[in-house]
Amino acid sequence: MASPSPKSPEQSEKNKQYDRQLRLWGDHGQSALESGHICLINATALGTEILKSIVLPGIGAITIVDDCTVSDEDIGSNFFLEMSSKGLNRGSEALRLVLELNPAVQGHAVQEPPDQILDENPDFFKSFSLVIATTISEKVTQSLSQHLWDINVPFILCQSVGFLGSLRIQIREHAVTETHPDNEQTDLRLDEPFMSLLEHLESIDIDALDLKDHGHIPWIIILYKAVQKWKINNNNKWPVTRNDKEDIKNIIRDFIRKDENGIPINEENFEEAIRAVNTALMPTFLPKNISKLMYNSAATNLTKDSSSFWIMCSALRAFVEAEGKGKLPVKGILPDMTASTEHYVKLQNIYKMQAANDAEIVYRKVRQIVTQLHCDSISEADVKLFCRHAHDLYLVKGSCVATELQLGNSVASYIATYLEEPDVMMVHYIMLRAAGMFRSEHCRAPGDWEPEGDIAKLKTCVNKLLGDISCSPFPKDDHIHEMCRYGGAEIHSVSAFLGGCVAHEAIKIITKQYKPVNNTFIYDGASTNTATFEF
Amino acid sequence: MTSESQTADYQNRRWQHIRKLLERSGPFCHPDFEASAEILNFIMNCCKVLIVGAGGLGCELLKDLALMGFKKLHIVDMDTIELSNLNRQFLFRRNDIGLPKAKCAVEFVNKRVPGCEAVAHHCAIQDLDEDFYRQFHIVVCGLDSIIARRWLNGMLVSLLQYNDDRSLDQSSVIPMVDGGTEGFKGNARVILPGMSACIECTLDLYPPQKTFPLCTIANTPRLPEHCIEYVKVIQWAKENPWGSSTTLDGDDPQHVVWVYEKAQERAMKHGIANVTYRLTQGVLKNIIPAVASTNAAIAAACATEVFKLASSCCVNMNNYMVLNMADGVYTYTFSAEKRPDCVACCNSTRVMKIDPDATLQYIYTKLCEDQAYLMKSPGITTVINGCNKTLYMSSIKSIEERTKDNLKKKLTDLGLFNGADILVADVTTPNTITIKLKFETLDVDMTK
Repeated sequence: MASPSPKSPEQSEKNKQYDRQLRLWGDHGQSALESGHICLINATALGTEILKSIVLPGIGAITIVDDCTVSDEDIGSNFFLEMSSKGLNRGSEALRLVLELNPAVQGHAVQEPPDQILDENPDFFKSFSLVIATTISEKVTQSLSQHLWDINVPFILCQSVGFLGSLRIQIREHAVTETHPDNEQTDLRLDEPFMSLLEHLESIDIDALDLKDHGHIPWIIILYKAVQKWKINNNNKWPVTRNDKEDIKNIIRDFIRKDENGIPINEENFEEAIRAVNTALMPTFLPKNISKLMYNSAATNLTKDSSSFWIMCSALRAFVEAEGKGKLPVKGILPDMTASTEHYVKLQNIYKMQAANDAEIVYRKVRQIVTQLHCDSISEADVKLFCRHAHDLYLVKGSCVATELQLGNSVASYIATYLEEPDVMMVHYIMLRAAGMFRSEHCRAPGDWEPEGDIAKLKTCVNKLLGDISCSPFPKDDHIHEMCRYGGAEIHSVSAFLGGCVAHEAIKIITKQYKPVNNTFIYDGASTNTATFEF
Repeated sequence: MTSESQTADYQNRRWQHIRKLLERSGPFCHPDFEASAEILNFIMNCCKVLIVGAGGLGCELLKDLALMGFKKLHIVDMDTIELSNLNRQFLFRRNDIGLPKAKCAVEFVNKRVPGCEAVAHHCAIQDLDEDFYRQFHIVVCGLDSIIARRWLNGMLVSLLQYNDDRSLDQSSVIPMVDGGTEGFKGNARVILPGMSACIECTLDLYPPQKTFPLCTIANTPRLPEHCIEYVKVIQWAKENPWGSSTTLDGDDPQHVVWVYEKAQERAMKHGIANVTYRLTQGVLKNIIPAVASTNAAIAAACATEVFKLASSCCVNMNNYMVLNMADGVYTYTFSAEKRPDCVACCNSTRVMKIDPDATLQYIYTKLCEDQAYLMKSPGITTVINGCNKTLYMSSIKSIEERTKDNLKKKLTDLGLFNGADILVADVTTPNTITIKLKFETLDVDMTK
């Protein structure tokens, strides 16, 4: 026996190394990640935990901005510092040890405080795909967030204090084509079958099939036939009510072949058809949020600076209004079902072909727009991907952290609503902000040396914040006591949890896949509770 | 200043962060918590923690706990390092490929965190005995295998001691903190064996394993996965490309390529698209996607619970947290309930109601498919007139041959009676489980 000699090339080393994550965001997600450049301000334990989970999957490059000198406390809670790091620059030391994780990643360290960079060289931040900051003062947060907002560079602000952690994403506009929904809706068009599907459905006569074939026709065809039969006696309308659907189920039951004793035989495909009645009969419709995107002024008033997302939204609108007759392009995805190979593959190809045709039309429209606007071309693969996911497109418009800090009217009433409930996670948000205010005023964390003495001072900060949003003081001081107990301590496992989350969100932002947090995430490790707020 | 006091001073500064939590009291502390310097002393010098698994979660756990002051750490893992581990198992480098994970992880952390005395065990968890497990205060798991989790759970349950009044001797309880991840999702939980829901109490929380029916694979393939399964299950054994003594190895690239090409041929023949090398490998090895970030978050949640258990500084999560990072970051914590008839942790006789006319096959199937058991290949024995009698055992070929006819026999024909005990052994549990048969005529389909 000849030993087999495989012709196919083996996977590359890189593919092997990243195999487990490529299964989540694909090769295109990986290349997006590899062209990303992240700037971290302050290599605290939280900071290096974030970098760890971004460097391991292979971000293109990192830059650490940190002018601190390594202390014993730093070494105690930060894995990416070692005993010999003491007295050296924290950013450079952390960079050296973090880069060991992945030789493919480039790294730089800048030993200047961020406010100085903002003053002297604000263009420094322009080249990053994302800036992440830990433990920066209120004042720096204010100017840095405003600057990054102005130059349109995404920003994540995060902190870890005692058992509490928070992350805040600031991004002007973030569009996601591949949201990877957990339960993706099917797109079968049984209510309005396109020409090739209609021809196929009409070409099959269930009664004429031999027994083996009868047990192997896809439930989609069975369901269609049952609805057609029902429509004859129901003024040609589409089944909507529960009663209608029960009728359909009974028709399907009647379709099932009987044995010589008149007992229905076991036909799994018909059982599947009955189970599908409740979900698959939903009429095809244009989702409201997608319609909103298509008619968004960014899609209706394109300029040569418009992003490819808005150009494709515009082309999509042109398709829906013309060829699509009010519907989005066909997804072209068929779920698995009991069926013979031939039946299944035939049906699958019909959906696939229609999806390809629809995408082709959208692509032609995209090319027209691109030519008219004289902007960068968009690849056919990108348009195909866009059409494939057109039902689940996602857009988030963010808000500026500087505005949130100023507690304008809408922010104030938003916070107040949660505090009235009362929502303890919003109390944590207030406590974290009050601790920040304390730090600005006293140049140290509340309770840093001794908890009791700082309670009154922290309470003043809390009450000032509550006053600014027209809320009455907290009935009890327990959260103020707890914050003073923390004394600004950074607990490694809390930073590690939050670090994982921040890195994760950074990857979502850079790969433009999956929906990121919108826009504030609070974690309380003591009660194992989390919440998301939108400021 | 003497060098001794300098060291003490340094230690104080180094652990400044966690000392604040341990040496100060707060309004949300556990009712039994008394702030003192002794707690850090306990964590550092007494508290023994076993980390099970040195993979994606295990590496994180080892680092997290070492930086939370724990020194007496043990870690067990039977695997060696592979290239595909390096995207998340951050204690390993390219040069380490092929080395035992546990040893490599321990060497790295002991070097990076001075004073840490972690100990590695490069072996299977089943190779370690009761005396080994009994020495720990807390066990924390980062495993990818459900069977291993269940075995470990069974081990910790078997260490429980009960007082004469059948109440639980609390000092015999070794808490188990368990984490698991899959892609962008994960869970973390705290188990107090004998007191709160254990792994076996909540088997229904695991998603059923995805399998493809043989007839689909052989006769009506529709998906690329069906084609790959066909080559794996049927074609390999038929063609034996490397001779009949070579079994299919998903880690051998040549094998994977062979399957990939054959699956492609089959797919082509049937007009099925998208058989890729990556998919082939995924199906062959049942690969679960994994990223560093999800692992970091779940391991950290587990480490926080270990810290709470060791210090009593606050109440533990109650008792199961799910995390989903696919759409924003979402967590949900709920209290999983203890099953009063749990096959592992209930401290009373386990009873199986059964029709007197049932066959042994019925019991076997029930042990494999019932949510209360979900065993893999249970071996069933009984004691008749003081003698052990093997009723059925599939794990040893010769015994399987000898006992397989028993499956078709009625229980009464095998000498079993109402109130008889059967003893069941399985890979999911370290100990044989005794189940009392209770004859009852049931209105269920016995043909199953």
